[in-house]
Amino acid sequence: MSAKPRPAQTAPPGTSSSSIVHHDLDEPSEPPLRGPLAAVAWVGAGALAGLRGARDLYSIFVRTLYFTVYGRTEPGAVLVQMYEIGNRSVFFLTVVMGFLGMILVYQAGIQASRIVPDLTMIGAAFLELLVRDLAASIGALMLATRVGAGIAAEIGSMVVTEQVDALKMSAADPVDFLIKPRFIASMVMTTVLIIWSAAVAYLAGMLTGWATFDINPLTFINPSLLDTGDVVVGAAKCFAYGAAIPIVSGHSGLNTFGGSEGVGWATTRAVVNSSLAVIILNIIISTVGFILFPG
Amino acid sequence: MSAAQPAQPTAAPAGPKKEPPQSRRLPPSKPLLETMGNSALEIAETAGAMGLLGGRVLVRVFTLRFDRAELLRNLYNMGFKSMPIVLLTALFTGAIMILQAAPLVQRFGAYGLLGWGAGFGTLREIAPLLTALMINGRVGANNTAELGTMVVTEQIDALRVLAIDPVSFLVAPRSIAMVATLFLSTVFADVLALVGAAYAGQALLGVPPSLFYGGLTSGLLGVGDVVHGLVKSVVFGVVMALSSCYYGLAVKGGAPGVGRAVNATVVASAAGIFILDYVVSFLIG
Repeated sequence: MSAKPRPAQTAPPGTSSSSIVHHDLDEPSEPPLRGPLAAVAWVGAGALAGLRGARDLYSIFVRTLYFTVYGRTEPGAVLVQMYEIGNRSVFFLTVVMGFLGMILVYQAGIQASRIVPDLTMIGAAFLELLVRDLAASIGALMLATRVGAGIAAEIGSMVVTEQVDALKMSAADPVDFLIKPRFIASMVMTTVLIIWSAAVAYLAGMLTGWATFDINPLTFINPSLLDTGDVVVGAAKCFAYGAAIPIVSGHSGLNTFGGSEGVGWATTRAVVNSSLAVIILNIIISTVGFILFPG
Repeated sequence: MSAAQPAQPTAAPAGPKKEPPQSRRLPPSKPLLETMGNSALEIAETAGAMGLLGGRVLVRVFTLRFDRAELLRNLYNMGFKSMPIVLLTALFTGAIMILQAAPLVQRFGAYGLLGWGAGFGTLREIAPLLTALMINGRVGANNTAELGTMVVTEQIDALRVLAIDPVSFLVAPRSIAMVATLFLSTVFADVLALVGAAYAGQALLGVPPSLFYGGLTSGLLGVGDVVHGLVKSVVFGVVMALSSCYYGLAVKGGAPGVGRAVNATVVASAAGIFILDYVVSFLIG
């Protein structure tokens, strides 16, 4: 008995799970390519899979937006998801962001004291960095881990137990029933949680500065470096991450195939892809923000 | 709860249990104190079980009783196959570090310090941390899913029936492979993040890469900073290995159980990574 061979990572086009199961058997067996052609084939296959994934994601995103406006209104389902995404992440996020604030102020204090022994501006710089980037990005990475894995595991189990097929048979679009409530809930709760986690991280950083470097808390609380650009960029990141996480992980969940192992794969893919989505969106928004609000 | 009903030990366990009706409403909230106590007990139980598992793995590692073929296979699956993600994350991380430093650098015109500033944060903190989070998502989750599937399909029981120790056959090789993966990926990510930062600095701020590397090697950064990050990566690897193996082996209840276990793993590892990050940073200064 050994570790099983990995199932194909890229889901074939089309989201119907019944056709996916026998995919490997229907594949015509081509002779393996040799030499430089193999590399070309490998790159090409990767590019095609990427394009296909992007098209699927785009389709789910557009359908989610459509159903958000024209779909059924079901405040109950949205509330349940808000509880799942929001309330259940508060403890995790509080712990993580508290420690993040402590680490950052500690490292920044060490870094700054190698050059200038003056640590009075550390609070202001920390607040700027937190609002512009770190609260949203690290908080969203954590949410991608917790919420993304949860969404993919839940939807993936529904796919494997054929509940999603039952939904489709009842002429109910899984995007409308499953992804839309999570999308709305995540947009709201990500923003709320990120504001909360910024506050927690700042407070933890303040206490660390006080205990380790003797920075007076009143000196530490200093919003002088904060400007409109920072707040706008931070808010844009909140919305973008809140929208991206449920879409990306819902896509992974709907593309689940193959029993309990498949659910595991889908969950893994959801975490990796939504984390990558957060990092890529971060680059895009930060660059645009830097061009729009330089210095 | 179970201590309250010792009077009927012969009652058949298959009797119809009264379960509260499943509803889509919010679950009823328990008293705050009870919830807090329950979660404290749960956390203590999990940490204790992980510690025990860690002890058993250590014994196997030091007495060299682990499966070599499985170790190689896992090194390939965890290490080599994570390279694309590590590469992507590291290059982007370098660029993000520059983007964050850019306004400060422009304000003070301190272009020579860019390499030092980005390098300090990258080597000591961001590269180990982000690499660990990405590998946690890919490898930790994967490992739990694999072990969990083996538990659900009773392959672990089959191993025990064959008198093969699951810890030395499955858990120990995976743990070694995970720690090695994280350590090597962090070395790789350190280099790539600095390269990414150098070219992002050139593209965004017009700082030539040679000036960037000059700032990096000007004497303000030492081997100590690199070692600081690498020590942390080993600690993160241990946390991730223990939590993913523990949650994988503790799976109950079919496909949904595997999904829940994967979720629990990534959450526990991420929290453990941040907590130990602070503790280790503080201890080794």
